Amino acid sequence: MSKLIGDAACAKSEGEKNNETDRLSCQTEAPILEALEEFKQMRLVPFDVPGHKRGKGNKELTEFLGEKCLTVDVNSMKQLDNICHPISCIKAGEELAAMAFGAAHAFFMVNGTTSAVQAMILSVCKRGDKIILPRNVHRSVINALVLCGAIPVYINPQINERLGIALGMKLSEVEEAINANPDAVAVLVNNPTYYGICSNLKAITQLAHAHNMFMLVDEAHGTHFYFGENLPIDAMTAGADFSSASMHKSGGSLTQSSFLLCGANVNAKHVRQVINLTQTTSGSYLLLSSLDISRRNLALHGKQIFHDVENLVEYARKEINHIGDYYAYSKELINGDSIYDFDVTKLSINTLDVGLAGIEVYALLRDEYDIQIEFGDIGNILAYVSVGDSYKNIERLIGALSEIRRLYKKSRVGMLRHEYITPQVVTTPQEGFYSEKMSLPLEESVGHICAEFVMCYPPGIPILAPGEAITKEIIEYIKYAKDKGCSMTGPEDMEINRLNVLRGD
Amino acid sequence: MELWFSEKHTETVKLSIKVDKQLVSLQSDFQRIDIFDSQEFGRFLTLDGYMMLTEKDEFIYHEMITHVPMAVHPNARRVLVIGAGDGGVIRELTRYKNVEHIDLVEIDEMVVKICKEYLPQTACCFDDPRVHPYYEDGLKFVRKHENEYDLIIVDSTDPFGPGEGLFTKEFYGNCYKALKEDGIMVNQHESPFYTSDAIAMKRAHKRIVESFAISRVYQAHIPTYPSGHWLFGFASKKYHPIHDLNASRWNALGLKTSYYNTNLHKGAFYLPNYVQEMLHDVE
Repeated sequence: MSKLIGDAACAKSEGEKNNETDRLSCQTEAPILEALEEFKQMRLVPFDVPGHKRGKGNKELTEFLGEKCLTVDVNSMKQLDNICHPISCIKAGEELAAMAFGAAHAFFMVNGTTSAVQAMILSVCKRGDKIILPRNVHRSVINALVLCGAIPVYINPQINERLGIALGMKLSEVEEAINANPDAVAVLVNNPTYYGICSNLKAITQLAHAHNMFMLVDEAHGTHFYFGENLPIDAMTAGADFSSASMHKSGGSLTQSSFLLCGANVNAKHVRQVINLTQTTSGSYLLLSSLDISRRNLALHGKQIFHDVENLVEYARKEINHIGDYYAYSKELINGDSIYDFDVTKLSINTLDVGLAGIEVYALLRDEYDIQIEFGDIGNILAYVSVGDSYKNIERLIGALSEIRRLYKKSRVGMLRHEYITPQVVTTPQEGFYSEKMSLPLEESVGHICAEFVMCYPPGIPILAPGEAITKEIIEYIKYAKDKGCSMTGPEDMEINRLNVLRGD
Repeated sequence: MELWFSEKHTETVKLSIKVDKQLVSLQSDFQRIDIFDSQEFGRFLTLDGYMMLTEKDEFIYHEMITHVPMAVHPNARRVLVIGAGDGGVIRELTRYKNVEHIDLVEIDEMVVKICKEYLPQTACCFDDPRVHPYYEDGLKFVRKHENEYDLIIVDSTDPFGPGEGLFTKEFYGNCYKALKEDGIMVNQHESPFYTSDAIAMKRAHKRIVESFAISRVYQAHIPTYPSGHWLFGFASKKYHPIHDLNASRWNALGLKTSYYNTNLHKGAFYLPNYVQEMLHDVE
């Protein structure tokens, strides 16, 4: 791939993206959906996979999922194109998606946004290359580093003391990291974080490009930025080279379907090859058609949809802040740097003044009030609000939060706030993951180099990654988070009483 | 020509009433509202195709949901009514001189408007100066009140529709908060007979038991509701529905009723064995 020359060449102007009439007229099409409709009418006799043969061979499954669903669970074939080498309806669908997102190229992804994240990293990094990234990345990012052998250069995301959450990256810190690592090949940014916080994406992109580095953006939680109004800037508009956009989150497509978006200076043919390294050759048409249909829906109705979501969330925020002790935060946090912008469609709520950990409120909502929210961490909860929600359900959430405060409020003493612990990278994640290792009890692992991940999930931000030094502070945090009921994942030992460490360090 | 209104009580059982004339059929922001005239039951109101009340048997429901708590609470002055857009509960409540203030919270203003026009038998008392209507979500309204009411009457639709939020723990908990220290909450408690109604009934009961110190269930016979066997919930912070019944005081009021009396009050709390078992399962 050719390296970038400067940012001017790849930046898309706002005007180009918003040529409304042209854009909308093609966006009424859904080529994969149309191809599937046509395919159904042909009534082909199936002597190909899948073996359930339009559901007839698996009555129980057909009963459960519905006949309509099973009849389009089909294999790649001439009129339905092939995800590994698209030439007809998938190609057309990808072109429409690219247009809708203002990207030079869009790839349908059927192995989760995880696969989109890995594809963009594997497209620009090889063994020994450095990549600059914030620590509060999704586990899929560090997994990609295990695969390709790149070296992470972590930037300390700033911490908001009051909320105990990791923020965005300061421009000055990115600049320092770039100056200290001029040989780095890429910068990766979350846009936004799980909590809705955005860094100064445009300035960081310009900075990265000025130093000949690729700009990678994890937009797992930012698909709606491309379609709503008055939302934070999206990666393609900011001139970034890659974005992994999780269509199945705010975009409404089926779980596990996603988009990888590329800017103008990316060699899309090479990216396709990288995707095909790990992608299934049996791309699900349920997932593909859901991407196609959802893209059309967002392109045609996205403005209204996200306007409605914003109104619902604004209402909820106002009412929740009125209850007392809860803090549903929003744009007032903006500080021009580490919180450059805030995604107002995110309903993130700090629970510490109620004297309850976020995970405790999460559990109470589910166990006592039959309300399932997206996640709870040490000090916060996130309720995911989308086009599928109603004021009636929002009232239930608010009513339940109000009750939880009345019935369970405790003093704040003893609540741990800090969640961020600076990682000490001793060796690369790949080296750490593949080296000879041994298992030690948690306490005895202090001072060793970790050979596995430790994650607090959700939101899946690593506490430890392979190749990092284990400190006393980290072990204490792990114990505390376990005690508070966070779901800890990663290590071979499911109970997390032991950790795998590098032998002979 | 024969025109029949039918409501499925289960997938395989339905109740049909021969209709003389359909007077109203419209879609509000929340639900479909229909009014019919019939020979046997007089005029009747349905929401989303579910029977809400008929002129002939509404007295049973409205008397039982109102007079039972009113005969127990020694002096209910501030009352909150949730749902009840047909006005039947209001009609019964306004007969008590000691009631000073009634807040009525109905999510669908259209129901009130239609009932005022077509069902004056129940919607007769909205102009009483003690009645203060609010057209909003019941859960939202009750959430904002604390230690204010002597009695809350929850006259909701079924838990599968606009009334769903009124069968939740957060709702009952917020009602608890909105009641004074000796407050009572009475709710429409579904039926124990058909399986799906019974599941909703048990769930509601479980959620109320978790919120109130005293939680008892009583019954009535309502011909046009599924199975005809209907339950009400009596939840209270202090007063027991039978031990604290002051029959002589209530009888001295001289209220004329067609279904309720203070002996029946006591009897209504004695439930069939299978119902007792269902309730016991979730207590």
